[in-house]
Amino acid sequence: MTRTWLKDQPYRPHMAVIRDIIEETPAIRTFRLTWKDPAVSATFSFQPGQVGQISVFGVGESTFVINSPPTRREYLQFSIMRTGEVTRALHQLNVGDTVGVRAPLGNSFPYATMKGRDILFIGGGIGMAPLRTLLLTMIDNRADFGEIMVIYGARTPEDLCYRYEFDAWRAAGVNLVLTVDREVPGWTERVGFVPTILAEEAPNPYNRVAITCGPPIMIKFVLAGLKELGYEDEQIYTTLERRMKCGIGLCGRCNIGGTYVCVDGPVFSGKALRAMPPEL
Amino acid sequence: MERETAMKSASFVSHADLPGLLVRLAEKAELWVPAPEDTAPHRVTFKPFQAGMAIDVQRLPVSSAKKLLFPQGEELLRFRTDKSASDAAMETVLSEKTTEARPTILFGCRPCDARGFVVFDRAFLQGPSVDPYYKARRDINLVVSMVCPGPDAACFCGAVGSHPADTQGSDVQMIPVSGGFVLHALTDKGQELMENLASAPSQAQEQEARQVWESVRRSVENVASLKDSARHFPKRFADTAFWRFHTERCLSCGVCTFLCPTCYCFTITDETDGVQGQRLRSWDACMFHHFTQEASGHNPRPTKAERFRNRVGHKFSYFLEKHGQFACCGCGRCLRHCPVSMDIRAIVQAMGETEEVHD
Repeated sequence: MTRTWLKDQPYRPHMAVIRDIIEETPAIRTFRLTWKDPAVSATFSFQPGQVGQISVFGVGESTFVINSPPTRREYLQFSIMRTGEVTRALHQLNVGDTVGVRAPLGNSFPYATMKGRDILFIGGGIGMAPLRTLLLTMIDNRADFGEIMVIYGARTPEDLCYRYEFDAWRAAGVNLVLTVDREVPGWTERVGFVPTILAEEAPNPYNRVAITCGPPIMIKFVLAGLKELGYEDEQIYTTLERRMKCGIGLCGRCNIGGTYVCVDGPVFSGKALRAMPPEL
Repeated sequence: MERETAMKSASFVSHADLPGLLVRLAEKAELWVPAPEDTAPHRVTFKPFQAGMAIDVQRLPVSSAKKLLFPQGEELLRFRTDKSASDAAMETVLSEKTTEARPTILFGCRPCDARGFVVFDRAFLQGPSVDPYYKARRDINLVVSMVCPGPDAACFCGAVGSHPADTQGSDVQMIPVSGGFVLHALTDKGQELMENLASAPSQAQEQEARQVWESVRRSVENVASLKDSARHFPKRFADTAFWRFHTERCLSCGVCTFLCPTCYCFTITDETDGVQGQRLRSWDACMFHHFTQEASGHNPRPTKAERFRNRVGHKFSYFLEKHGQFACCGCGRCLRHCPVSMDIRAIVQAMGETEEVHD
């Protein structure tokens, strides 16, 4: 199985072919990959929230969340913001090019414990990527969940990812609340920062799980806002990012205290977050 | 005090027979010995053995022996990118690293260096993943250590749960006695190595060896352990003034980490030559600013205060919690060779010294 491959050869990527590239925003592209080796395709599995290290050979490797759900196996999807060397190189690749992928790495959302409950996703910008994998898994098992509310914001309408899917999410019974920072001509949805919209919507914490991801400053105010609404630490999940190299808890970069984001994360509960030393 | 490894068998080699023993060991594996540098005989480093070379087991080598099992730079894989045969796209093909690990024997290191490998073993072999490159070398490596001929002022093995006669991490331990050395095989591998290489010790020699071992062990009995002070780390974590005060003179040069037998931070980089290249792993250091620098500009450990705190935390708190021992063997190299005399031992002590926490 895939785990055996990573256990025996944790540094060796498998080759994957870029099948499709979607321009999400001026700085974010979504890459749809398929494994080159059919044997890997046949056995590969992962859980929502797990990450992969993508290699552009000659440039390096970086960590990205797998944002397609495990319920849809035709391709593996990553959304990548052009920020540093590896992401810049990735943005220069074309359909048909190969990259290396080491996956799945890290932990995942406690999906099973979320069944039977109401769900609240709060995303900002590229932070929608780790939420998307869980959201689509839930949509594909819609009967297992109560109300699903998504509050998703970005600076401008052009900075929202997955715009082409919003109708499908709504059609699947997702209460999608979209917001942008400032008024824009033609924008008919909400205006305001994500924490403000959260306070206005005020989703009831009763039997609900909140999952949030976005820029650190947004997460900070969202966590405070959720607390105000009566959410307990145990009801809240977020994902953390760190610079990584090995992805297997050795190279010494991504630890926050004794917690290695690459193996113990990227998913952390509000409770786990609070137990961490202040080195975010 | 941690548990000692029980002796499996004993043998004796005289001073006169030692060069011959080394030659026979060198026939079995790549043999590394502490030897004086040609240009600076007072400076001892671990070198590959050659017949007739002078060895020096009295001085502590400048750098640790970790490079034997964890080279400063090594190839992880090779890649080659070409135009794909079927379409216009570029296709990358990976090839495996071809060099096989060679069997090695580390001879004449001190117990602190041997114990450094115990820390590596816990990190690289006991999961969550096994590091295949380290494992390949470790599986065919033997450590013949010698009980410490004499600690200096920078040594502090006694403060980190060890002592100068510690058996942990050694396959064979040498104990100096009159006229030569008694060798205790401590593992099956060590016993196998020693078979037919040296004669059995006399009863008197074995008795002397036991006395030497015991007196060396007891030489650090009165050294205060760092365990109690180390417990204060979580409480000190947010005490920014404490970390700033104690790390003010650090140059972030990283020499402490490069000489350390237990430091294993590394980086992975790609190097290319035309259409082909290698993925390399090299030593890196948590003391460097760029180590945790993210592409966004964010750095979770932006100053040397946070970086040194991480070094102290990793060695004396995080690793202890996960593996039940300090990630420090007390060899003192980080003190001895620091250009500004940083003293990690003093910082750990200071963590617990006063209840007053700076704000």
